[in-house]
Amino acid sequence: MNLHVDMEHHRHVLIVRLSGELDHHTADSVRLQLDEAIQRRQTEHLVLSLKDLEFMDSSGLGVILGRYKFIKQKGGKMAVCDVKPQVYRLLEMSGLFKIMPIYENEGTALSGLEVVS
Amino acid sequence: MSEGKSQHNFMTLQFAAKSENESFARVAVAAFISQLDPTMDELSDLKTVVSEAVTNCIIHGYDSNPEGIVKIEASIDGDIITLCIEDDGRGIEDLEMAKQPLYTSKPELERSGMGFTIMENFMDEFEVVSQPGSGTSIKMKKRIESKKALYN
Repeated sequence: MNLHVDMEHHRHVLIVRLSGELDHHTADSVRLQLDEAIQRRQTEHLVLSLKDLEFMDSSGLGVILGRYKFIKQKGGKMAVCDVKPQVYRLLEMSGLFKIMPIYENEGTALSGLEVVS
Repeated sequence: MSEGKSQHNFMTLQFAAKSENESFARVAVAAFISQLDPTMDELSDLKTVVSEAVTNCIIHGYDSNPEGIVKIEASIDGDIITLCIEDDGRGIEDLEMAKQPLYTSKPELERSGMGFTIMENFMDEFEVVSQPGSGTSIKMKKRIESKKALYN
């Protein structure tokens, strides 16, 4: 498995750090781990930190959009931060920034979400 | 050994339609292309389109049946890389619909519907040939702005 998920809870915000490669093969496990964490803990908002994500394709877009719908349906907000250029291009092409803010790092993402919540 | 731009080179790869082979396919094509000395951006574009096409073969062509075989042909002619990625699976019934951004025939699998859009955007030429019941073949070309050429 060449994708690692690291999670940290910060008040009602779940910070998820993905490292490695997010493709069709690794997507299912990421989806399960995130949904389980969102449900088990009292997660309101989600910050996806992609600093160490070396590769992502449209399967990854599907995972991000799916978690966005899940969080939104629960009344929360979602943001991405620390995105590498390759991943940024895909997010931009998919129109993701029309529905989700992007921040430079976890700190600005956390304060950004707290301002809007 | 001459490294003239007229050189032709090719490789063919066949593998089981298993998701664990997606990263293998990306890395194999990237390694083959590296002889053209592509930039990091070009390399990541090519890895992304290989990933999209191979994932389509597995999920849509073969409905995730690992008995299917995915075939990749890559060739180099001068500074042009040509990729042909194909399956002998179910084929695409409505190609125009399939090419629409955000359209997916498998929303239950949380597919984003961006695969074809990404391939069209990242490559210079993109062509899909599909026959319902007998498979899909995707042919793509991209010119590599070789770093070698820049320094010469």
